[in-house]
Amino acid sequence: MSVLVIAELDSHGIKAATRSAVTAASQFGEEVHLLLAGNDVAGIATQASAINGLNKILLVDATEYAHGIAENLTPLLVQLAPSYSAIVAAATSFGKNLLPRAAALLDVAMVSEVIQIIDATTFVRPMYAGNLNATVKAPAGLRILTIRPTVFEAAAATGGSAVVETIAASGDAGQAAWVSRDLVQLDRPELATARVVISGGRSLGSAEGFKATLTPLADVLGAAIGATRAAVDAGMAPNDSQVGQTGTVVAPELYIAFGVSGAAQHVGGIKDSKVIVAVNHDADAPIFQVADYGLVADLFTVIPELTAALKG
Amino acid sequence: MKILVHIKRVVDYQIRPRPTQDGKDVELTNVKMSINPFDENAVEGAVRLKEAGVATEVVVVAVGTAANQDVLRHALAMGADRAVLVETLTVVQPLAAAKYLKAVTEREAPQLVLTGKQAIDDDAAETAQMLSALLNWPQATFASKIDVVDGKALVVREIDGGQETLSLPLPAVVSVDLRLNEPRFIKLPALMMAKKKLIETLPAAEFGITAPALEIVNIAEPPARKAGKILNSVAELVAALRTEKVVS
Ligand SMILES: Cc1cc2nc3c(=O)[nH]c(=O)nc-3n(C[C@H](O)[C@H](O)[C@H](O)COP(=O)(O)OP(=O)(O)OC[C@H]3O[C@@H](n4cnc5c(N)ncnc54)[C@H](O)[C@@H]3O)c2cc1C
Repeated sequence: MSVLVIAELDSHGIKAATRSAVTAASQFGEEVHLLLAGNDVAGIATQASAINGLNKILLVDATEYAHGIAENLTPLLVQLAPSYSAIVAAATSFGKNLLPRAAALLDVAMVSEVIQIIDATTFVRPMYAGNLNATVKAPAGLRILTIRPTVFEAAAATGGSAVVETIAASGDAGQAAWVSRDLVQLDRPELATARVVISGGRSLGSAEGFKATLTPLADVLGAAIGATRAAVDAGMAPNDSQVGQTGTVVAPELYIAFGVSGAAQHVGGIKDSKVIVAVNHDADAPIFQVADYGLVADLFTVIPELTAALKG
Repeated sequence: MKILVHIKRVVDYQIRPRPTQDGKDVELTNVKMSINPFDENAVEGAVRLKEAGVATEVVVVAVGTAANQDVLRHALAMGADRAVLVETLTVVQPLAAAKYLKAVTEREAPQLVLTGKQAIDDDAAETAQMLSALLNWPQATFASKIDVVDGKALVVREIDGGQETLSLPLPAVVSVDLRLNEPRFIKLPALMMAKKKLIETLPAAEFGITAPALEIVNIAEPPARKAGKILNSVAELVAALRTEKVVS
């Protein structure tokens, strides 16, 4: 049998997170197919077929797939499922929204946010904000998983030569209707995939302070800017900059936390970073327990010094 | 309009959970338990819709042991009108939970089902979507704003990199994010009143529900990161980062 990966699209075509799902899917040792459903996506099929590790692209082009509405995509998954041993998507807001809906209709106990594939039925997934890892065995038969994209390296965007097969659309379910989408315009790297992330906590004081303090350093490092939930709640940083269990999970080469206490819910989202640095004036702050390097100091003196040192 | 809110009793978010000795479960003996924080936002959201005159009744439902009475009372104290407990000693995974909730939903016939976007124990974020699938109702997940206008729910949901708005014909299922609201602080008189409200208990066996489940092979703490170093100056930090080759 084969494994089916669900493609997720953005303005550049196929998201990097989908290529991580391809890497995870290829660990089953079977053929890997990609479901490419969208509106006006024929051009993207060429891009998709070049992804390394894919054998086939199932292309379905129809207006009802324009906005990734789960109610419209689920019937496709249900119809395709009998031909597959596993269905895989990245654990993004898209994947998390869609796959449980399909799993319920297929009566499958799905496995969410997989961080390791031990064998075709045994998976490791985090629980309790990453404080614990569970090894779970899925029942025989169809397996449905979302995988955490930060732990599976994205399959190369080129080098593949998958065949493209066009399949029929399943129609509009007439349920949730899409109204509008507001994406935050980014002038710096995307949080989830940035090589360097610097983040700030509530201690930065205000939206102006947050921006003015962190931006010069982020510019020097080419970093994405993250925030704690406390900073987001206080209106200092936009919601989509929240790093953690219930925000974005990051795994950059370098993560620097300024004035972040290190609550489990925050740490759960940064554990896979290669190097973690913490700057906090409280030597007992829990963040120091996960940091590779710590500075017990005032962030307002450290940040300008660090910015200057890295510039020079 | 009636709103059904599904809540779950979980280890309190401030507690650091540990695996049991045999590594098959999470240690729950003498551990503080609370309402799942996201579900508390869902209760708050429902109660506010009632206070705004949009909803007429808020019913909360939990699936689990008799100990769930405490989180149901908490929801009643927040302003829910009635509570239903589907009582079972078995640990219920998302698909089974969705099936029980489907049965309760069909019995209560609400126009809107609200629940948290994820439970902070299994962090699965599956139940709401599974429930809406089984009911064949529209869904909106990770909601940060819910308005009911002209028999439809207008929901703003958090997505990667921003947010989007969906319009859902009712009845519908909505899972909510922490950003939806700030749950109210419960005052003593509300708690006393909640004690007098009725919690209806339905034995799970009566529903005759079966669902495939994941087998837990092992639960363990993730490998610890190697011990870190406390540095004395920014110069030492810059040197360390250069040695690690993470800055140029
Ligand atoms: C269900 C749930 C989900 C959650 N999800 C998330 C999540 O995804 N992400 C997340 O981040 N949080 C999350 N939280 C919140 C989390 O529990 C913490 O409350 C939050 O991370 C704390 O943010 P903070 O460190 O900015 O604030 P605080 O806890 O207020 O800590 C501020 C820190 O800054 C230090 N400090 C102050 N001034 C300075 C200075 N001048 N220089 C140096 N250090 C200074 C202090 O010593 C302190 O350690 C969640 C909570 C719940 C209940």
